[in-house]
Amino acid sequence: MQLRSAALPSSEAFRANREGHLEALAVVEKAAALAVAGGGEAARERHVGRGKMLPRDRVAGLLDPGSPFLEVGATAAHGMYGGDAPCAGLIAGVGRVMGREVMVVCNDATVKGGTYYPMTVKKHLRAQEIAEECHLPCIYLVDSGGANLPNQDEVFPDRDHFGRIFYNQARMSAKGIAQIAVVMGSCTAGGAYVPAMSDVTIIVRDQGTIFLAGPPLVKAATGEVVTAEDLGGGDVHTRLSGVADYLAEDDAHALSIARRAVGSLGGAGLKPDLQWQSSEEPAYDPEELLGVVPVDLRTPYDIREVLARVVDGSRFDEFKARFGETLVCGFAHVRGCPVGIVANNGVLFSEAAQKGAHFVELCSQRKVPLVFVQNITGFMVGRKYENEGIARHGAKMVTAVATTAVPKITMVVGGSFGAGNYGMAGRAYQPRFMWSWPNSRISVMGGAQAAGVLATVRRETIERKGGTWSAQEEADFKRPTLEMFERQSHPLYASARLWDDGIVDPRKSRDVLALSLRAALNAPVEETRFGVFRM
Amino acid sequence: MFERILIANRGEIACRVMRTARSLGVEVVAVCSDADRDAAHVAMADRAVHIGGAAPAQSYLRGDAIIAAALETGCGAIHPGYGFLSENPEFVEAVEVAGLVFIGPSASAIRAMGLKDAAKALMEEAGVPVVPGYHGSNQDPEHLAGAADAIGYPVLIKAVAGGGGKGMRLVERPEGFMEALESAMGEARTAFGNAAVLIEKFIQKPRHIEVQVFGDGSRAVHLFERDCSLQRRHQKVIEEAPAPGMTPEMRAAMGQAAVRAAEAIGYKGAGTVEFIVDGSRGLRPDGFWFMEMNTRLQVEHPVTEAITGVDLVEWQLRVAAGEGLPKRQEDLAINGHAFEARLYAEDVPKGFLPATGRLSHLVFPLDCRADSGVRAGDEISPWYDPMIAKVITHGPTRAVALGRLAAALKGTEVAGTVTNLAFLGALARHEGFARGEMDTGLIGRDIDRLVVPPVAGPHEVALAVLAALGLLEAAEDEVGFVLWQPLEREVRLVHEGAEIAVRLRSLGPDAHDLQVGESTVEARRVGGRWRLDGQPAPGVAVDGRRITVFAQYGLGFDLVDPLAREGAAGGNAALIEAPMPGLVKAVYAKAGQTVAKGDRLAVLEAMKMEHSLLAARDGVVAEVLVNAGEQVTAGAALVRLEEDAA
Repeated sequence: MQLRSAALPSSEAFRANREGHLEALAVVEKAAALAVAGGGEAARERHVGRGKMLPRDRVAGLLDPGSPFLEVGATAAHGMYGGDAPCAGLIAGVGRVMGREVMVVCNDATVKGGTYYPMTVKKHLRAQEIAEECHLPCIYLVDSGGANLPNQDEVFPDRDHFGRIFYNQARMSAKGIAQIAVVMGSCTAGGAYVPAMSDVTIIVRDQGTIFLAGPPLVKAATGEVVTAEDLGGGDVHTRLSGVADYLAEDDAHALSIARRAVGSLGGAGLKPDLQWQSSEEPAYDPEELLGVVPVDLRTPYDIREVLARVVDGSRFDEFKARFGETLVCGFAHVRGCPVGIVANNGVLFSEAAQKGAHFVELCSQRKVPLVFVQNITGFMVGRKYENEGIARHGAKMVTAVATTAVPKITMVVGGSFGAGNYGMAGRAYQPRFMWSWPNSRISVMGGAQAAGVLATVRRETIERKGGTWSAQEEADFKRPTLEMFERQSHPLYASARLWDDGIVDPRKSRDVLALSLRAALNAPVEETRFGVFRM
Repeated sequence: MFERILIANRGEIACRVMRTARSLGVEVVAVCSDADRDAAHVAMADRAVHIGGAAPAQSYLRGDAIIAAALETGCGAIHPGYGFLSENPEFVEAVEVAGLVFIGPSASAIRAMGLKDAAKALMEEAGVPVVPGYHGSNQDPEHLAGAADAIGYPVLIKAVAGGGGKGMRLVERPEGFMEALESAMGEARTAFGNAAVLIEKFIQKPRHIEVQVFGDGSRAVHLFERDCSLQRRHQKVIEEAPAPGMTPEMRAAMGQAAVRAAEAIGYKGAGTVEFIVDGSRGLRPDGFWFMEMNTRLQVEHPVTEAITGVDLVEWQLRVAAGEGLPKRQEDLAINGHAFEARLYAEDVPKGFLPATGRLSHLVFPLDCRADSGVRAGDEISPWYDPMIAKVITHGPTRAVALGRLAAALKGTEVAGTVTNLAFLGALARHEGFARGEMDTGLIGRDIDRLVVPPVAGPHEVALAVLAALGLLEAAEDEVGFVLWQPLEREVRLVHEGAEIAVRLRSLGPDAHDLQVGESTVEARRVGGRWRLDGQPAPGVAVDGRRITVFAQYGLGFDLVDPLAREGAAGGNAALIEAPMPGLVKAVYAKAGQTVAKGDRLAVLEAMKMEHSLLAARDGVVAEVLVNAGEQVTAGAALVRLEEDAA
């Protein structure tokens, strides 16, 4: 059934919404531009002066002409480390090489020599996680000095720290997910293991180096004086040590060898047997998303206005439309790919949660990928709801979402608060990809609610002791909490910390979903085995 | 009329004959060599008979095999086309002995015109003017000097056995005769082993004008003249009809002379009487002399067809089938003007070196006549004439026809081999030629202006990049998708030997920005058509890494393959290789011989031309890898020099 929009593009509200969204977009655009600029003009000039291609040019040169690039963590580390690590010093994303989807992980040596900050490690691991879940060959364009020493405590020792990179490489290789490294600069210390642990390694002559300890450390340790090239240059590693397999003359040559290596992998293509259709543009222009979605999260609207501008032909086969109406479930296609959509249309009640669990079961049985469209303030609270067991019904939905084996893609288009985040496949529920709109907000609860809870507790304490608390005092007490929640729930704050995979322009939602689905469907869909549902 | 005929030829002329035969309801049988099994003329014929190997001597020159094929397939006649067996009297006789009709003149007519000197004598008898000259056997210098005085200066001394300008001297005044004679004879002796020379009147500003004749065996008509003065080394490049500047008096005189020539030998079928014309003081009835008669259908016959409305092949078939001449002289008239340009696979900047290759793309404009024997996908092989097509235009006036020729050449799209298209285009726009001021020396004089290497502009480079990367066709919605800032890709192309780096930003399936040098080119697809900065993009063809943009008669680009650096050994000046496939005519190098850079080491004959292979540096010949008489492929090593000690 084709969805019908009630939007009035010429209305004042539409215009105001659009302006609000554009403002929010501009903020993110600025942040993305900072990330793209890497370590700044001087560092970039130095880099190019050495005959090296800039990191983003390397990514472009690796990918097929015209290939889409679904970047992961495009604003990672934004506002962190005093702004010292734009893009977390690492470019990651899904693109096409020789017609097949791959995960590209590329160090940006213009950012502190490509050294690993804590967020760099987290981003690298996240890229590997996506690759492993989606069965995407990994191509590492290595140019890194290894761990960022001032941050070593947050980089080296823990489970999800530096060592995990190599653990992942070994595990993925074991699963038949190709690991290809192109050494285009330094690969020092722990970093040396990226090429060493790869299935195929390419190194650039007179430019790439791989060693456990660089010349300064060697001199300090043993007194031996040796040049970087003699210690671990391309010639040494392809002729003597066998650490690398192909010797490239320059960056462009190295990237071509990597492309050829991907071309020979075989076994490409979408695994699951889905009923694809030919793609069809939505009946409503995605451009209108900016106008139909209110900027203020508190303003309710019909989520179908979003769906009508995302899915093929604006056609949506809605499931159980008359039951649990605050959760909209149904089947649709995105660029020809069949999907089951779970979208919030208000607070979650027991019926909505049951319906959600039912629908997830249905998609799991049919092996149809799930798309979660999040705009959720949480589950309904109050005696009536607690007494009827909303926690039990919520748990059913959370169980279904947590244990389904079909790929999940989550798009946060508004609020992402509380347990609603869990039921709607928030980060902890391991969706294959999670994207946020610039107007979205994420936190355990709304700032006002949090401040209200804290103020209530505070007032009770004061009044129990016989004190009084003026309205002014209460407002002063609440302000820091409000401000903290406002700052921390902003998508840039969230994305900087990789709580999601990136912020997206709402108008590109359709592309992002389509590319996420394509990437995800490189892996076969396993049979689902649900946990115990609390009935 | 015949029920079925065999065409003993290949390429464009085979196809052209077939078209007319078909229109007359005559079935056609083709013959083919190993190299032509998939050729256009084979595909077009009702039947095709394979007659032997790729070399003409093993196939298209094998009269017995051709006659057997004709008999086997029940043909009533054989059309010889031009070249190959078309002027071979023994073949004509064999055809007739086999009980078949030869579509062309009698063996005796061919013989009469086959020996140039005898033909001239015959023509003199028939009252056809011939170039004054001495062709006698008395080689006494005094006698020759006397002959020169009788002919009148300036004169040309030519080696009897000559060719290619060797042993040829121009003598302006009697004082210089003896010295010139001595050096010409010396050169002739060295080059041909025969010092004998002949003396001819030197014609200033010579023009090549020929008259189309058609005979029924006793009577003949002429179909006016063609001017073939635009020549390069005696190869016709652009022909036209009628001749510019022709007067009714001269046309009548030339026509009558040509008809006399044809009737003198009882000519049957289509033939051409070639004259040399003194163009130095305009065309005058006393300024033309018989050169030779071609006893076949000429390559350039379409220009005559265009101005007379006569289908010469139809006439050939009808007369061969026993009909009389389809028209009387007084029924023939000239309508407008026509041009023909010969499109060849040849490398013009490299001295018109014949080229080979697979035609990845071949399109002619619709509003011209393009006689071609190849299609896109066909190979220009080293075995035969590398002509791709003849582009023919017609118009009410010479200016209109020439304008149409220029436009047709501009609109012709060829990719897969180098061609002379740009050269033809430059000729079609040559101002002197446009004024009708031409002679056989025009191309030689203006060669530098006519052969200008093309320079691609930013739009053409941008288009080549998009084509090379497959982005002109790409229509997927996600082309160039990024979340925020577009990625920039550097693409390298080689154009005319120079590398060009372009930065490309893909903004979507229908939008790309390209930085070419200082220019930014915005490529946008609007309504399915690409526009570059708003201007419609020219056509483009891609064949692997080779891109041809159809602007400036075809600009070639090669996408740089970084992988090509692997095993790129670089040029080896120690090895002398065949620049093209051909026959090794002579080998001068001997093992152990010391040679200097530029010394001639061998001669390769290919495409009717001799190519000297020179030492690329000083050195000592280490090894000679071929013998004279061997057929070699392009790139074959012929001579190896010893490794340079330095």
